[in-house]
Amino acid sequence: METLHYRFENGRTALSQAAQLVGVVSSGNLEVLIESVPLQGACEIEIKTAARGFGATWQAVMSDFQQRWQLRDTRISINDMGATPAVVSLRLDQAVESINTLGTPT
Amino acid sequence: MSHQTSHSYLEANARERLQHLLDTGSFEEWLPPSARVMSPHLAQLDAPVAFDDGVAVGRARIDGRIVFVAAQEGGFMGGAVGEVHGAKLVGMLQRAILEQPQAVLLLLETGGVRLHEANAGLIAVSEVMRAVLAVRAAKVPVIVLVGGSNGCFGGMGIVARCANMILMSEEGRLAMSGPEVIETASGVEEFDSRDRALVWRTTGGKQRYLLGDCQGIVAESIEAFRAAAITAIDACQTLPVALSLAALEAEQALLRERVARFGDCADPLAIWALLGVENPEQLPMLEADAFLAATAAHRLGVPA
Repeated sequence: METLHYRFENGRTALSQAAQLVGVVSSGNLEVLIESVPLQGACEIEIKTAARGFGATWQAVMSDFQQRWQLRDTRISINDMGATPAVVSLRLDQAVESINTLGTPT
Repeated sequence: MSHQTSHSYLEANARERLQHLLDTGSFEEWLPPSARVMSPHLAQLDAPVAFDDGVAVGRARIDGRIVFVAAQEGGFMGGAVGEVHGAKLVGMLQRAILEQPQAVLLLLETGGVRLHEANAGLIAVSEVMRAVLAVRAAKVPVIVLVGGSNGCFGGMGIVARCANMILMSEEGRLAMSGPEVIETASGVEEFDSRDRALVWRTTGGKQRYLLGDCQGIVAESIEAFRAAAITAIDACQTLPVALSLAALEAEQALLRERVARFGDCADPLAIWALLGVENPEQLPMLEADAFLAATAAHRLGVPA
């Protein structure tokens, strides 16, 4: 296992709920826990992955994600079992969409 | 989300099943993923962990009825039961004894004990069995739902048969040893685990229903499981909830009858023919309603 940490400062968008979990820790998949936490405007991401040595790829995928959403006061925790970058991006988007829409009557 | 459209139970993960099975927004989870109560054993082995250790437990409503519920995640380590996973199940069950919900629903999808956790996992499963029987003794019915692609096997297969009722889809499977285990132990002549039709004929919902091992067979949708669970909860109001010696003896008599009548059958097709089902080779092709019409008069056993 390898643990990676990222922190992006000065986000703009806060989450509308406390916490959501999407995805499952299974082969080629991952779970994403997204939580609203006071972080002085930052978005913190912690990844525990079974695939060692892909730090540069994770860095790129996380930077793209934060550019898309500009999250503030958000903690994202990931348990990964070898998901591809595309799957990781889709799960992250699903996490943000689920926490910002579920429970909101429409 | 509304309950109007149909969602596949087979393809959904544990949390998606809870979302559509229970009244919208009613699920209150205990030890949710954000509590991060995870397996210490997997971490020691440097293996991936899950924030909920592969099971969600809590309190909810189903058509207004208060239930305690657990849903195993078959995608995480095959739904296998480790120490934390088992303790969450036991804690929920023991709380049910104190708080007396109308029923406990167990959405089981599991290969049984998580072998990585060895004795801790074995003890966890035995504690779940004891807790299920204690809940029944406290007059709270326990209803098991089986419809995930991993089936319900090993020690958790025994747990399922300790419950008041089991509801299955045709796609659900229930047994002690899985097909690969049987083939490995006894040879491919005994059981060909790659013969999917044979595997489902032997352990699938239809066979379990015909042999009296499960009390309801439902269509492959979360909505069908929801309707069947509501009916089962209400049916338990007028049935004995606690396990009795008489019920155990009746079960033992049924098992003896099965061995005597079907012990020489090499394939469930032969059992279905002996039960008097017409055109038994057609049974695997039938939808749930047509299957019930074709077999209602021929199944063994009575609801617990």
